[in-house]
Amino acid sequence: MNNSRSELNRNLAQMLKGGVIMDVTTPEQAKIAEEAGACAVMALERIPADIRAAGGVSRMSDPKMIKGIQQAVSIPVMAKCRIGHFAEARILQAIEIDYIDESEVLSPADDKYHIDKTKFDVPFVCGAKDLGEALRRINEGASMIRTKGEPGTGDVVQAVRHMRMMQAEIRRLVSMSEDELFDAAKQLQVPYELVMYVHENGKLPVVNFAAGGVATPADAALMMHLGAEGVFVGSGIFKSGNPAKRAAAIVKAVTNYEDDKMLAELSEDLGEAMVGINEDEIELLMAERGK
Amino acid sequence: MKIGILALQGAFIEHAQMLKSLGVESFEIRQKRDIERDYDGLIIPGGESTVIGKLLHQLELFEPLRGEIENGMPVFGTCAGLIMLAEKISNDDNVYFGTMDMTVRRNAYGRQLGSFFTEQELGSCGRVPMTFIRAPYIEEVHGRAEALASVDGRIVAARQGNQLATAFHPELNNDTRVHEYFINIVRNR
Repeated sequence: MNNSRSELNRNLAQMLKGGVIMDVTTPEQAKIAEEAGACAVMALERIPADIRAAGGVSRMSDPKMIKGIQQAVSIPVMAKCRIGHFAEARILQAIEIDYIDESEVLSPADDKYHIDKTKFDVPFVCGAKDLGEALRRINEGASMIRTKGEPGTGDVVQAVRHMRMMQAEIRRLVSMSEDELFDAAKQLQVPYELVMYVHENGKLPVVNFAAGGVATPADAALMMHLGAEGVFVGSGIFKSGNPAKRAAAIVKAVTNYEDDKMLAELSEDLGEAMVGINEDEIELLMAERGK
Repeated sequence: MKIGILALQGAFIEHAQMLKSLGVESFEIRQKRDIERDYDGLIIPGGESTVIGKLLHQLELFEPLRGEIENGMPVFGTCAGLIMLAEKISNDDNVYFGTMDMTVRRNAYGRQLGSFFTEQELGSCGRVPMTFIRAPYIEEVHGRAEALASVDGRIVAARQGNQLATAFHPELNNDTRVHEYFINIVRNR
């Protein structure tokens, strides 16, 4: 992959900023999401809450199902492959997916190596719990980062933890003297150039979204306040009572996250939110997959 | 001079940085009360046109902004912004502001694998860098609209009076010439 390809892939993430990316499992859901103002959809066979409930090995979705969603909407379509499963990623590239999510929500295929994403022409988004993970993924070629959250729980606590951790570590790097950055690079297990970039710019070199457990307009606004540049919503929409209304409310909440009065109006009458599970009630922490 | 940048979704910060590097003041437009102030020009950034179009209506920005554009407010649309300004979209039934006499094609170069970078002449700016991200192109201009730039025989920039539209993203490169071109439109209004 040449530099211009990786630049173009980072650029697409820039266009998604300030937007909401929604998990969908059917063309009908994809249309509802697009109609509600999603800036992209994530096509998958089962939403994370159901993956969690079903247990077992979770894999890349059927390409036919993904193609059905590609035909249904005009916005970018993303799809997930397993961590380290470059063959799944190549299949997704072959069907011209707009973004691949190398995702801990699926069962990891490789417990040591992530995909060498620099070998691909299509862009990748990867999850990260902290700055070290984020920069390691970027070094492997990720063009966009998201928090890992705890998918399928409807509990935003982990996404908050990851975003706060990342922002705190970024602030720490910014405040360091240049000779301290060499050691920081060693501690974070990432190249010096990436650490230097964060030191000079006070941000990741790629767009950073929040993901995992976002279920309400207030959740989305919280993540934006904490420094997210946009939001992924997985189970929170299609596991709720009124998906179309909730989806549209979350979209507006991301745009006007600083307007509390508008957020109050948006939060009214949304029907049942997804029930959710607290993080201490679950046995499998997906965020611990792939570091 | 003050430029309002539509900040509903997409790459609006990049435009603000371009204007800042030119010493031009800007502010974000996220809702109706943001346009109660005086401003001299409007930028509609790249992003998803379906999202921006929808939020324009829901946040009650559509009518007042269209009124301003029809009254000659200088406006600069990039990518999704170009789609907002087009009178017709050949592969989409939606029409947004529809204030420029042109037909455009959405996602005209296909999916992300079709995104590309090139350099080409643009009006009086000379050869400028052009980044196309899931970009549209202009199928034809008529009436008062005139083509400003073409890539491989397809129109990628146009001007109609105080309205400027590009299918590519000048805000993604460090070259400020296209933004300067727009600022000159605002100055000479």
